[in-house]
Amino acid sequence: MKTIKVSVVTPDGPVYEADVEMVSTKAESGELGILAGHVPMVAPLQIGAVRLKNGDQTDFVAVNGGFLEVRPDQVTILAQSAEQANEIDLERAKLARERAEQRLNDQKRDNVDIRRAELALQRAVNRVNVSERNV
Amino acid sequence: MASLRDIKNRITSTKKTSQITKAMQMVSAAKMTRAEMNAKAFVPYMEKIQDVTASIALGSSDASHPMLVSRPVKKTGYVVITSDRGLAGAYNSSILRAVNQTIQKRHKSNDEFVIIAVGRTALDFFKGKGMNVILDIVGVADQPSFAEIKDIASKTVGMFSDETFDELFIYYSHYVSAIQQDVTSKKILPLTDISSSDKLASYEFEPSAEEILKVLLPQYAESLIYGALLDSKASEHASRMTAMKSATDNANDLINSLSLSYNRARQAAITQEITEIVGGAAALE
Repeated sequence: MKTIKVSVVTPDGPVYEADVEMVSTKAESGELGILAGHVPMVAPLQIGAVRLKNGDQTDFVAVNGGFLEVRPDQVTILAQSAEQANEIDLERAKLARERAEQRLNDQKRDNVDIRRAELALQRAVNRVNVSERNV
Repeated sequence: MASLRDIKNRITSTKKTSQITKAMQMVSAAKMTRAEMNAKAFVPYMEKIQDVTASIALGSSDASHPMLVSRPVKKTGYVVITSDRGLAGAYNSSILRAVNQTIQKRHKSNDEFVIIAVGRTALDFFKGKGMNVILDIVGVADQPSFAEIKDIASKTVGMFSDETFDELFIYYSHYVSAIQQDVTSKKILPLTDISSSDKLASYEFEPSAEEILKVLLPQYAESLIYGALLDSKASEHASRMTAMKSATDNANDLINSLSLSYNRARQAAITQEITEIVGGAAALE
């Protein structure tokens, strides 16, 4: 099968670079699957997992938002942070999840704090899921 | 003329100082290499995001966004990046001087601008002058991660969006090489001059160009700030390294000239002693 070059880039440097058969991820507007030869496209991403399929092997990368740029021979994902599944610190993500849940249960906070806690929770849950390959 | 013991003391203390400056020089050299690597790791991200931003902002004329439009300027924001600690030669003072001069030239009163200070030196300087510092961050790590600066960057970009200020400049020291760093000023917002490489791709937008700009532009502006910070970190270490190198060299010069006078003084003392002995012996004959 034809492959397409994928790179996941963050401000702290490239996180993932490889040739894969299919990229699938969640964009703001819904699930998205990309094969080689796709029309050039830009789409913002949700906090979620990027699945990179190559043969029978699938790699997982957790991305925190950002967006996806597609060219016929290349896919670039630009995110403010991203980790490959095996690089995620599971303990830390679980702690972060607990902290965020606690904050959300604490009702006295204003909207900004709640919004931030929600985002933090999403990120933590995403990391835990990706790390456990549970997506 | 100073006594032998005084000179000896000065030599010992100068030697100790030079050991410290030498150590600081080597630490800064190591940090500079790391900072340079960080700045390099950031380049692919910056290039990509710039390409995409340019092709959307310039490519589709129907897409508009508050960040792309200049509005009448009532208030100006200045992001000033300095270090927390001194001993970095002219690094901090040249940035602060440039900002101060610009402010004196452009503004008549302190109400016309606000300062966003990165680093303790900038914070103390502008606070001391009674200027309006609305945001500050101190204790930025030597190898800052994006997460660390994200908070202040997004707050700064947010302030432009809610019209706390109408244009935003950034002042930092651009790293040219280990021996040259230039004070640089850049206009970050509004994003009027997005340069791009020649190959503009035409994209499909999912869901729409406006929606993407909404996500993309703040991220782009934040990356500009982060990029400037990485750049100035490299400069900081480079200029600290140079400053410490010249301090070490000065100390060595001083030690040399002090050793010379020490030896002279010692020789003089010996000669005097001999003369006294010879004189004493002659008196006995």
